[in-house]
Amino acid sequence: MSGIPTFTASTNKRLYRRLSNVLSYSICGVVALITATPFVWMALGSLKNATEVVEYPPTFLPRQFAWNNYVEVFTSVPFLRYIFNSFLVASTVTLVALLFHSMAAYSLARLRYPGRRILFLVIISTLMIPASITLIPTFIIVRSLGWLDTYWALIVPALFNAFGIFLLRQFYLSLPLELEEAARIDGASPAGVFLHIALPLSRPILATLAVFFWLANWNNYLWPLIVTQSPEMRVIQLGIASFAGEHSTQWQLIMASSTVAAVPGLILYVFLQNFLIEGIKMTGIK
Amino acid sequence: MNVSSRPRLVARHIEAITGYLFLLPDLLGLLIFLIIPIAYAFFISLHDWNALSPMRWNGLDNYVKLLSDTQFWASLKITAIYTLIYVPVLYVISLGLALLVNQRLSFLRFFRTIFFVPVVLSLVVSSLMWKYIFDERAGLLNFLIGLIGIPPQAWLGSVELALPSIIIVSVWIQMGYFMVIFIAGLQDIPRDYYEAARIDGANRVQMFFWITLPLLKPTSLFVIVISLIASFQVFDQVWVMTRGGPSRATQVTAVYIYQQAFQYLNLGYGSAVAFVLFVVILGCSLIQFRLLRSTQS
Repeated sequence: MSGIPTFTASTNKRLYRRLSNVLSYSICGVVALITATPFVWMALGSLKNATEVVEYPPTFLPRQFAWNNYVEVFTSVPFLRYIFNSFLVASTVTLVALLFHSMAAYSLARLRYPGRRILFLVIISTLMIPASITLIPTFIIVRSLGWLDTYWALIVPALFNAFGIFLLRQFYLSLPLELEEAARIDGASPAGVFLHIALPLSRPILATLAVFFWLANWNNYLWPLIVTQSPEMRVIQLGIASFAGEHSTQWQLIMASSTVAAVPGLILYVFLQNFLIEGIKMTGIK
Repeated sequence: MNVSSRPRLVARHIEAITGYLFLLPDLLGLLIFLIIPIAYAFFISLHDWNALSPMRWNGLDNYVKLLSDTQFWASLKITAIYTLIYVPVLYVISLGLALLVNQRLSFLRFFRTIFFVPVVLSLVVSSLMWKYIFDERAGLLNFLIGLIGIPPQAWLGSVELALPSIIIVSVWIQMGYFMVIFIAGLQDIPRDYYEAARIDGANRVQMFFWITLPLLKPTSLFVIVISLIASFQVFDQVWVMTRGGPSRATQVTAVYIYQQAFQYLNLGYGSAVAFVLFVVILGCSLIQFRLLRSTQS
């Protein structure tokens, strides 16, 4: 009466636990397959020649590795220029935006002046603005500034987003006051305290935001589509999309160009995965 | 008293001036590129403009035209269908993945790493990857379903399947992102609650519905609102994969706005459609907040 029922109960529990683990791993495996397959398929497709890439039934590994696909991508369109454009825009936006945001955030967190509260609310309220409503008017504004088809149109509007300001302000609020107070007593100006104390301390969060901003700008498509026209001003996402539009059946070239476009994101992921995930977690804090 | 308060006054002025100056670039930028555009968008919608000749005042004509524009209403319907499928599916899948990966089992970290990778891709790259897989003649998907006896489908070329196909791609792209958000939310729930429940004899399903889900309310609200707002404005994937076709089967409102404003150069009309979409988005977000806040008590 005391031995047998409990023995059966705990074996049941262990069996249940075992089954549930097997199920978990199986589901993970299936989802991992669904997640990874498109990547692998794109890479494989980029290395097949024009006839093999549309063969049916499809081959798995290429019969011959058609590395010349990549050469053709770079020679048939100014692909290097596309990469340069995206690199320039992404890097410039990241650096300038972080500078502006950290200044604004520090001002809102630590400096005192009339209207600070209202200005903060106004800035935060812009988070509610969906992008689609701003596209046409911003296009017209950019056009009347003569910026169409220039780097200005790609860089300047992308600089301003309240989210970075919000996060950096949270960070600055969390800094211990003693450090800044000590510096003030030593005669430092508010700008000096910002430059020599607050800014250096915010390096980790700036790094996280930098990865985020850079990637977002590298991946941007719709706005560049609207404000640029000439092939020389195309950013890489536009480049591969127009490539796909013009060579719609040459899957091997489309896959090759897409693989190139995917590389920076993948590199950032492999080396800076933690920054990315931290960044995502920060977006959830509201 | 007078002499010693002078430097303090100056110091406070310097602080204020620094404060305003530091705020200026971002404030100015947000004003010009976010705040003013909303008002300007409405202003433009009251005109007829093709970007070449000067604007022509039009009053509310664009909005009247909207009401009888079948293509506009069709686009709203397609956007609504897209949203009504995408948001719940994404929610369930990313929550499911988070629960799966959050267990105390070995190697799950490795899986979490894989699930997250699509997030670093651009929407264009993901769309092109999948466009190749969906290809009617050479696509991997038709080959795979052929192995289990299903005939090849047109996927992105089929009026019925194009929108679901795009939804699949969108979910695939975003599930890793929201999975991470849910994981953060799950880890915020104190383990003691589950311990107490286990002592009281609750099983895992009960613990999920009575502990996990309620405590995930803020995270859930965030996930739903964000994915909702994004899905109302979906553009990149649709434009790259189908251009709104076949036969306008995937012409979501954002695509319609783009076509009106930047292809047909009806900037005034496009702005009116965009403004209506804006109001719809705002309305839905507010309803969401109300709904979820009332269930919080």
